Amino acid sequence: MAKVTYIEHDGKEHTIDVANGLTLMEAAVKNAVPGIDGDCGGACACATCMVYVPEEWLAKLPEIETMEETMLDFCERREDNSRLSCQIVASDAIDGIRLQMPESQH
Amino acid sequence: MADDIIIIGAGQAAAQAVQSLRAEGFTGPIKLIGDEPYAPYQRPPLSKKYLAGEIGYDRVELKAQDFYADAGVETLWRTRVTEIDRREKRILTGDGREFPYGKLLIATGSRVREINVPGFDLDGVHYLRNIADVEAIQAHFKSGAKMVVVGGGYIGLEVAAVAVKRGIDVTVLETADRVMARVVDPIVSHFYERVHRAEGVKIETGVTVSGFEGTDKVTAVTSGEGKSFPCDFVVVGIGILPNTELAMEAGLTVENGIVVDEFCRTSDPDICAAGDCTSHPNGVYGRSLRLESVHNAIEQGKTAAATLAGKEKPYNQVPWFWSDQYDLKLQIVGLSAGYDQAVVRGDPEAGRSFAVFYLKDGVLIAVDAVNRAPEFMMAKILTQKQAVLDPKRIADETIPVKEIAG
Repeated sequence: MAKVTYIEHDGKEHTIDVANGLTLMEAAVKNAVPGIDGDCGGACACATCMVYVPEEWLAKLPEIETMEETMLDFCERREDNSRLSCQIVASDAIDGIRLQMPESQH
Repeated sequence: MADDIIIIGAGQAAAQAVQSLRAEGFTGPIKLIGDEPYAPYQRPPLSKKYLAGEIGYDRVELKAQDFYADAGVETLWRTRVTEIDRREKRILTGDGREFPYGKLLIATGSRVREINVPGFDLDGVHYLRNIADVEAIQAHFKSGAKMVVVGGGYIGLEVAAVAVKRGIDVTVLETADRVMARVVDPIVSHFYERVHRAEGVKIETGVTVSGFEGTDKVTAVTSGEGKSFPCDFVVVGIGILPNTELAMEAGLTVENGIVVDEFCRTSDPDICAAGDCTSHPNGVYGRSLRLESVHNAIEQGKTAAATLAGKEKPYNQVPWFWSDQYDLKLQIVGLSAGYDQAVVRGDPEAGRSFAVFYLKDGVLIAVDAVNRAPEFMMAKILTQKQAVLDPKRIADETIPVKEIAG
């Protein structure tokens, strides 16, 4: 299990216990966390679940694959620490991770 | 007078509407009524990863178990609404109950089109729309079993792709002269036929199913052309129909879907509708659309919720769709109907990655992208803008996708 904190653009925090194997996008959508849309249901087809990952956590995530890179490339608010939360799978290794959300996914 | 909002139907549009109603500040009572035994879940994976057994219910369920209770939503599962009484502003259910409403959201979705030929009710003849359907199909998944798929559309081909990987002998029967004829150009159809055949699926086009043989259990599918296809089970995927009967009986305007405006309002100001069951105006294409897609369900769910909460958030987007078969991710932007030029980027004859751009009078109206995420993402932007494109630039792969519009 991973305790995940989603931080809205205005600073409001949502902390959720996410079962291993679930993506961080799925957990956000299931729990109605505002700011993560996940319009495609995790098919990596919409880029509406972008998050900013603090540096100390970024290194613990698997590398960005081609598909994710392509989708991120089209995100207007992309930064160096952007990831798609549909491609991050919960595990004990990321217990405590904090994700900052963009002002908008569109 | 009741200020309750009642949502009829518990699919993707309904789940989105619940979330959006609370996000838009509606604090009154909400009832969510669905006829399945489940809370809202995602249907697209049912013919893909869920059928393959790669994911279970926990991954298709849309919201956490306690989401509805936490949001103060009363849920009624296994409950069928039988009548909307607009005069008394109440709805009646199959188990004899009645509930008053202030406002109503109809999100009844769609159902499978059934095949009406002799033997249609034999055991072993299945459709794929809900979780129960998938469980029934999975029970036949034994290596070496013979499956006939009736209909070479998205559902049929997705099922074929999953089944052949499980060692099942798969034959797809399609009435038209090519698969996916309703939605894509022949270039894309022929590509999919090539890949499916390479994976071991038999595809027979120009075949009209005339009946199912067997005494109590299906043993063969027969065609009007006089052929017989032996099988252990059948999956029929010949399209879906919008669930508009409740709306029609209540006197709402229905024309190939429940007619709504860009705010999801029906012909009754207290009733909205969202998702597969609606026919709605689309400004980009300048005509009414009835769509069978998650994107449409989510966006109309948001728009309807805003309207019901007293706000206005018009829905006017280019639709998009996707289909996963083998390692092929087909992503479709827009509707290609009426195109006068199909321009190919990449090589559909070899490999597994290309895109087809559909132009009408030079304007980009749709794109089919196979394992081409950049083209898909660019197409979303360009179709919404109704961009005029130069076919030469589209076809020239030395020009990066982002610069395709010049």
